Amino acid sequence: MNAIILSAIWGIVMMFAGVFTKDKSIPKYLAYTGIIILFIANAMELYNGTLLFSINAHDMLRTNSFNLTFIAIALACTGIYFLLSGRDIEKVGEHVAEYFALIFFILCGVSLSATFNTLLFLFLGIEIMSIPLYILTASDKRNLKSNEAGLKYFLMGSFSTGIMLMGIAFIYGGTPNASFYISNIMLGAGRMPVMIAIGLVFLLVAMAFKVSAAPFHFWTPDVYDGAPTVFTSFMSTIIKVAGFFAFIRLFENSFGTIHDQWQNLIIFITVATLLIGNVTAVFQQSVKRMLAYSSIAQAGFMLLALFALNDKAKEGIILYSAAYSLATIGLFAILIKMEDYTIEGFNGLAKKQPFLALCAVVFLLSLTGIPLTAGFQSKFYMLMAAVENGHNFWLVIVAVIFAAISAYYYFRVIQAMYFKEPAREDMVQVVDVTPGFRIMLAVTALLIIVLGVYPEIVLGWMYH
Amino acid sequence: MDIKAYIALSLTLFTLGIIGVLVRRNAIIIFMCIELMLNAVNLLLVAFSKMHEASTAAKLSPTFAGDAQILVFFIMVVAAAEVSVGLAIIVMLYRNTHSVDVNFLNRLKN
Repeated sequence: MNAIILSAIWGIVMMFAGVFTKDKSIPKYLAYTGIIILFIANAMELYNGTLLFSINAHDMLRTNSFNLTFIAIALACTGIYFLLSGRDIEKVGEHVAEYFALIFFILCGVSLSATFNTLLFLFLGIEIMSIPLYILTASDKRNLKSNEAGLKYFLMGSFSTGIMLMGIAFIYGGTPNASFYISNIMLGAGRMPVMIAIGLVFLLVAMAFKVSAAPFHFWTPDVYDGAPTVFTSFMSTIIKVAGFFAFIRLFENSFGTIHDQWQNLIIFITVATLLIGNVTAVFQQSVKRMLAYSSIAQAGFMLLALFALNDKAKEGIILYSAAYSLATIGLFAILIKMEDYTIEGFNGLAKKQPFLALCAVVFLLSLTGIPLTAGFQSKFYMLMAAVENGHNFWLVIVAVIFAAISAYYYFRVIQAMYFKEPAREDMVQVVDVTPGFRIMLAVTALLIIVLGVYPEIVLGWMYH
Repeated sequence: MDIKAYIALSLTLFTLGIIGVLVRRNAIIIFMCIELMLNAVNLLLVAFSKMHEASTAAKLSPTFAGDAQILVFFIMVVAAAEVSVGLAIIVMLYRNTHSVDVNFLNRLKN
């Protein structure tokens, strides 16, 4: 609850900072302060239950250690993202304070969609997350690619909102006691009523749109490719995992009892997402576009949590959020500094910037799921959840095979960095690398390794 | 009136909206079709709200059927926010390309 209110307030503070300050670097430091305050306030709520504001939400928002842990991870990843890419956010355009303000509003949406207990707040959370993101996607105003990505994202996003609202309306119509509380939808055994079934399918499609699961993923590569790279980093990590978290909470709390009736739909979506994401990523020449497809592929793994829907899956999604966000944010932070976004652009990076190349290797290994990295632990938890589910064991084998395929396109970048020569010796490969950036990159890589060895650090928060 | 008539009407409007989004190529018309979808949902929500109010089951529930009508107001507000952002994006695009045709936008494909 603290994070929801404080992030909205801090967004407004940032907007005023944009009006009253002339110095371009002040908003950045204000944003650092804000994210630290948010994290502390959220940690206070997680550990002591301290609420800074007393608000009667009529049980429409429900906080527990599970979703507060998720908010803590989202805030920590945003903090790391600010520290790594704050300078690049300043370079996007004139309105630096507004970009930070929009990111704080998005954090408000993230917290809302992590704690919702009614369909009304699910809708509001998802929308508060999406609308500022349309602006951020289109923020590079002179660049046609950014404009196009913004328009495409906007049209697809509001289209899926319409579908989601239709689903909500049908579920409202089909629930006998007429309320939006998600726990009231819970049905007994037996076939679900027609109206609920229609609503469930609509909601499933809309949420699959939002988290870019196949076959509703087609907007993702274009939007991720066209948006300014700093904001692609943010939306392919924090927004995406927040969407997943809302997806899982919604389906667990409202349709958990009839899990067996919609599980087959999830299996179809999971296999399609893994297949399309991994196979298409193999053919990409641009690393930015490859990361867009890789985010679809990783979404396939996160869908396993929705397939299994047990306690291990809950731990898995928390760990996956942290591991995937950290590795992708780190990789994007390096990519932003590159002159050339194609894989050839990475040729010989290890010779010129050995430290950057080493960090990139850690991130890529984590995304592949090599042991000793957080990516391995999170994939392990997901697969374990799917095994504990007890049936459809073949899905686990399919997931492992696709994880092996993903090694091909991640390792291609490592190969380019270590075993290939740059096209020209005098080529400027990397721009604007400061010592602070290197330190943050090292911290991120270290966090990934620490989480890979002791995942209990994060999971312990859940059972506090 | 029977609730089925309302469901049929709003599903028709909703389907028209979806067809419009898929078929039309003008960004502003696509946008209007999305608004049509949202308003079809509003209509359905109000109809369901009245339906639940008439049934006895809802009268016993502490959260009375008014829920859906509150959601309708929220949808209106969110739709207004979306309009402001969406029209801004379309205007920006028009300034750069002098067109609002979405077919014109294929730079990202390759």
